[in-house]
Amino acid sequence: MKALSQPRVRFGGGVLLALALAVLLAPWLAQVLGAHADTVDLYQRLAGPSLHHPLGTDELGRDMLLRLLEGGRVSLLVGLSAAMAAAVLGTAIGLVAGYFGGRLDAALMRLTDGVIALPLLPLLVVLAAADLQKLGVPAAVQQSEAVSLYRIIVLVTLVGWTTVARLVRGATLSLKRQDFVRAAEALGAGHRRIMLVHILPNLATPIIVATSLAVGEVILLESVLSFLGLGIAPPLASWGNMLTGAEETIALAPMLAVYPGALIFLTVMACNLLGDGLQQALDPRQRR
Amino acid sequence: MSRFAARRTVQILVVLAIMSLVIYALIGLMPGDPVDLMIASNPHLTAADVVRLKALYGLDKPLLERYAAWATAALHGDFGYSRLYAQPVLTVLLPRLGNTALLMGTSFVLTLALAWPIGLIAARRPGSWLDDAANFASFATISVPSFWLALMLILVFAVQLGWLPPGGATTIGVGGIADRADHLVLPVITLTLVNFGPQLRYMRAAMIDTLDHDYIRTARAKGAGEARILTRHALRNALIPLITIVALSFGSLFSGALVTETMFSYPGMGKLIYDAVLGNDYNLALAGLLFATLMTLLANFAADIAYAATDPRIAYR
Repeated sequence: MKALSQPRVRFGGGVLLALALAVLLAPWLAQVLGAHADTVDLYQRLAGPSLHHPLGTDELGRDMLLRLLEGGRVSLLVGLSAAMAAAVLGTAIGLVAGYFGGRLDAALMRLTDGVIALPLLPLLVVLAAADLQKLGVPAAVQQSEAVSLYRIIVLVTLVGWTTVARLVRGATLSLKRQDFVRAAEALGAGHRRIMLVHILPNLATPIIVATSLAVGEVILLESVLSFLGLGIAPPLASWGNMLTGAEETIALAPMLAVYPGALIFLTVMACNLLGDGLQQALDPRQRR
Repeated sequence: MSRFAARRTVQILVVLAIMSLVIYALIGLMPGDPVDLMIASNPHLTAADVVRLKALYGLDKPLLERYAAWATAALHGDFGYSRLYAQPVLTVLLPRLGNTALLMGTSFVLTLALAWPIGLIAARRPGSWLDDAANFASFATISVPSFWLALMLILVFAVQLGWLPPGGATTIGVGGIADRADHLVLPVITLTLVNFGPQLRYMRAAMIDTLDHDYIRTARAKGAGEARILTRHALRNALIPLITIVALSFGSLFSGALVTETMFSYPGMGKLIYDAVLGNDYNLALAGLLFATLMTLLANFAADIAYAATDPRIAYR
């Protein structure tokens, strides 16, 4: 594994693995501490660190460490699933644009540039506030507890595909002129077969790189929308919405505002370093 | 050149028209409608009143017809009334536009003044300690959540040290330029740091590409000084791809401004849009989004014009 020789890959991957492990071990930790992430204890509001609450408690007396781990589970889940969905969408758009070229390419790339150039956050704020009933979403989905989770994944996917699309298009443009693609054409392979069987496997590097970069981007977007009250809705914890509560008590309990943000920072940094390191390790043209 | 400008102006108007329809439809997806809000505030309204009011405001008509009516009024400079502020939308909006321009402009100039020279120096020797430090700094600023950075700055400089105000644009009863500047410090620092990383990376990558070219070797061979090579020969060529990226980053700059303004309660466009959306102020949210889009399009247009200044090879037709 050449990629593992990159210090950035080792650091980024290591941090993400450690976080994933911690998040998965949270239920076990909750048993040891004898508490639950949602257990409210109003006598213990904003308590300092103790044996029972290693990182103290929040404004409702919930254990901070357990909340952070639950928030991490949600943030990582949203990050991974939305980044993958965005990667699929971006790959499809980039592949079609790069392979067919011409007007279709021009139109799709204009669309990509347009999405990049737009003031996305203001538009996302409106979309996040949209009434699901007016969109015709079934009532069963509207009332489910995880609706804020689904909504944020869809929203972030809608704006997150552009980087992947550009990278995939660029790689497709150079791949489609190579001999093995010509050979496949000469053998009578159809467009779909050439794209999916001959070109797509060679796109693994840009797709993997762009996806790991996208995970970081998605986690940032999720956290800011959740912080603004438009993303993951309480009582479900996310690092973003934990900061909403912490902002109000910042003078009394400053550490509550430090932990969730520091974890977002660490996670996003790890994703970015991982993506960058992978690019350097897997792409021989990128010697920097 | 003037024909090019004319064609681009037409393009911008077309894009703006399409975007206004998209935004209008999006705003329509917000919960409730103006009549629902009236019902909530006045229990004496009867069902007949509701029907009459819906007809009065045209809410019983199809989307496209409502859009056409709104667009006609908007073209005459009438964006309707803001529900939250009980004033015409433009009266609320225009001062905010100036505030945002001040915040974004200051931080943008500062970002480039910091990020570009550092990126330029880092690109000279990729892999040196200076390059590593610059890379680390850019990764850190790309990865930091902007709202948390703002929160930490408030915590340290406003809550604990008490050096700077935690938010707002002026102190009531004080005023003056020094007071405005005090209120700008923390928001400008936040926005500058958030945009620092991407700009540094763009500059570094563009310079590394350019420094690889034969004409740089030629310049070295004929004995040009290092400073002259970097600025006259490399930088001018590196600027060409850079300008596009800078123009495209204007949209994300605006997104950053929304977060920063909201965090510091700074009365700008971003906070206005956020408040309007949360407060169901449809007219205001609509006009705010439209102005934000227009500003982004104009920035892209300016970048196209700036091309001519950096690259005489580009012919405008």
